[in-house]
Amino acid sequence: MKEKSLQKKNILHLSSIRKVYGENVVLEDIDLSVAANEFCTMVGPSGHGKSTLLRLIIGQELPTAGEIFVEQRKAMFANPDRGVVYQQYSLFPHLTVLDNIVLGIKLRYGFSYWRSRKQEYLKKVRYYLKKVHLEKHERKFPHELSGGMRQRVAILQALIISPKILLMDEPFGALDPGTREDMQLYLLELWKETKMTIIFITHDLEEAVFLGTRLLTVSQFYSDDRKDLDPLKKGSRIVTDLDLTKYMKQDISATDVKYSKVFRELIKQIRLEGFSPDYLQHVKKFNLEHKDSFQTL
Amino acid sequence: MRTILTETVHTFRKLFAIICGFLKKIWRIIKHTLRRLKSRVPRFWGIHARPGFRLNLILAILPFALLIIVYLSASGYRLAQNPDDKLLPSISKMVNAVNKYAFTPDDKTGTYIMLDDTLASLSRIGIGIILSAVTGLVIGLNIGIYRGFRSLSLTFVNFIAIIPPLAILPILFISFGTGELGKIMLIFIGTFPMITRDVYLTVKKIPEEMITKSLTLGASQLEIPWRIIFPQVLPKLIDSIRLSLGAAWVYLIASEAIASQNGLGYRIFLVRRYLAMDVIIPYVVWITLIGFLVDLSLIYLVRGAFRWYSRE
Ligand SMILES: Nc1ncnc2c1ncn2[C@@H]1O[C@H](COP(=O)(O)OP(=O)(O)O)[C@@H](O)[C@H]1O
Ligand SMILES: [Mg+2]
Repeated sequence: MKEKSLQKKNILHLSSIRKVYGENVVLEDIDLSVAANEFCTMVGPSGHGKSTLLRLIIGQELPTAGEIFVEQRKAMFANPDRGVVYQQYSLFPHLTVLDNIVLGIKLRYGFSYWRSRKQEYLKKVRYYLKKVHLEKHERKFPHELSGGMRQRVAILQALIISPKILLMDEPFGALDPGTREDMQLYLLELWKETKMTIIFITHDLEEAVFLGTRLLTVSQFYSDDRKDLDPLKKGSRIVTDLDLTKYMKQDISATDVKYSKVFRELIKQIRLEGFSPDYLQHVKKFNLEHKDSFQTL
Repeated sequence: MRTILTETVHTFRKLFAIICGFLKKIWRIIKHTLRRLKSRVPRFWGIHARPGFRLNLILAILPFALLIIVYLSASGYRLAQNPDDKLLPSISKMVNAVNKYAFTPDDKTGTYIMLDDTLASLSRIGIGIILSAVTGLVIGLNIGIYRGFRSLSLTFVNFIAIIPPLAILPILFISFGTGELGKIMLIFIGTFPMITRDVYLTVKKIPEEMITKSLTLGASQLEIPWRIIFPQVLPKLIDSIRLSLGAAWVYLIASEAIASQNGLGYRIFLVRRYLAMDVIIPYVVWITLIGFLVDLSLIYLVRGAFRWYSRE
């Protein structure tokens, strides 16, 4: 069976995830399997449950039904396997930039370990800080940094303990376009260097297509056999699952790709399939072309 | 005749022109000054005012100076009417009293009364407030972090907070005695519920994301309260102590007034029998000064030790 083999092979596996808040069904039946080293971007109309899905994956909340596996082991509450970068609140206000970044080492491996390896780690952290042009700010507190700087620190903070999966919820959502592009390139560089698995939520389709190797659309705009139900009473599903490497053969760090025709066409298609309340595809006809895609109905 | 008339008219015209020119000039100067005043940042009036450092200092001192002047003139007036007046004693009388209470050893005990009173009062209020800070911190953290404990004790703490502490003063004196313990308990019961609630609300304001974040960085269940939440609550706790100190002084003075052998409040109520305003006023000023200095040092402590907090 496809699902079983996917679960064995892949680093992250979600099986029939459902999330209900009171009367409000947010996620209907999410099936998702993500291979290691994949850069998954996730888009969808606002309010259709992207952040909810992310919270379930990191273990901030538990699903109403369904199971989540990280490397074949059932995942419950948050742990260092899954790192996270939020749009806000990723940094601790009472710690300096440097202390924020090394906090993970102290918490994960213990304070005595940290003290014995302090110099080594400081050197490493300073190397990375320099790379992201923050070397002069290591003694500053988060409130003294700009939004872009904060997110760079937050990414370093999450990566220092090398999580198996890094989840990001609109991490660049509050940044101006210039900074945003810099951050995108920086993230791609880190991703290539560390070979980690990323799940990246964004409301910006361009960003999603540009960054990802795989693109998922989470949306309530679909139809199924429960015809009498208001579309917004239904929970979201994954309505598209694209293998972006098929479309983007070009060098990945060239931002020019954003202006290419394939890129434009792809965005148009995603917008139609995921964001249009008038275009409701039937569950059985979703565009799930990625090889790891599966759906239990 | 005619020439005289024309000449007079001429002179008047000239005079008129001169006066007009003069008025115009004045008007121009006024306009100019007004414009200049308008183009400058006002120093005192209005919402745009930015008093500089010196003006700030002068303005801060001004009400004190006014109060002293008003007191001196009122006291001088009353003393002129009746030299034995006790209500508004002269400065020299107060200096004498301070000299007697603060700088001359007492006949009976050989110690300095004001110093004894101060130490007794400060130790009561200090122990009381530290006790409620520690209790408030521990209970507040637990209510904030653990939902189970919150269900158990939040309503109870809110209920306790409403009890007027002075109303249960007799109970406290009966159960803990009229010695030190009774007074400390009054201060404790009067201040710890507020500190507890402040700590709890601060913990509650820490976003869920931050807790999850620390779990993803490998924090254990015990490290989260200790490494993440406690440091963020600490400066708020000091702020809360500052606010509670006002109430703590009320309870201290009240309990000392009712049953005590020493203390600042005891002394004030003791000498009241003799209408000794020359003692009471310096004592009140002294209490106020202590409170003011404690408050100021706590402010600087927060500013210095928690740079991230005051500018957040
Ligand atoms: N803790 C919660 N309690 C109740 N409803 C919630 C909660 N969190 C999210 N929701 C609801 O879930 C839906 C999806 O929200 P969210 O996941 O934030 O969407 P997105 O991130 O895609 O914008 C919204 O309708 C929101 O009101
Ligand atoms: Mg969201």
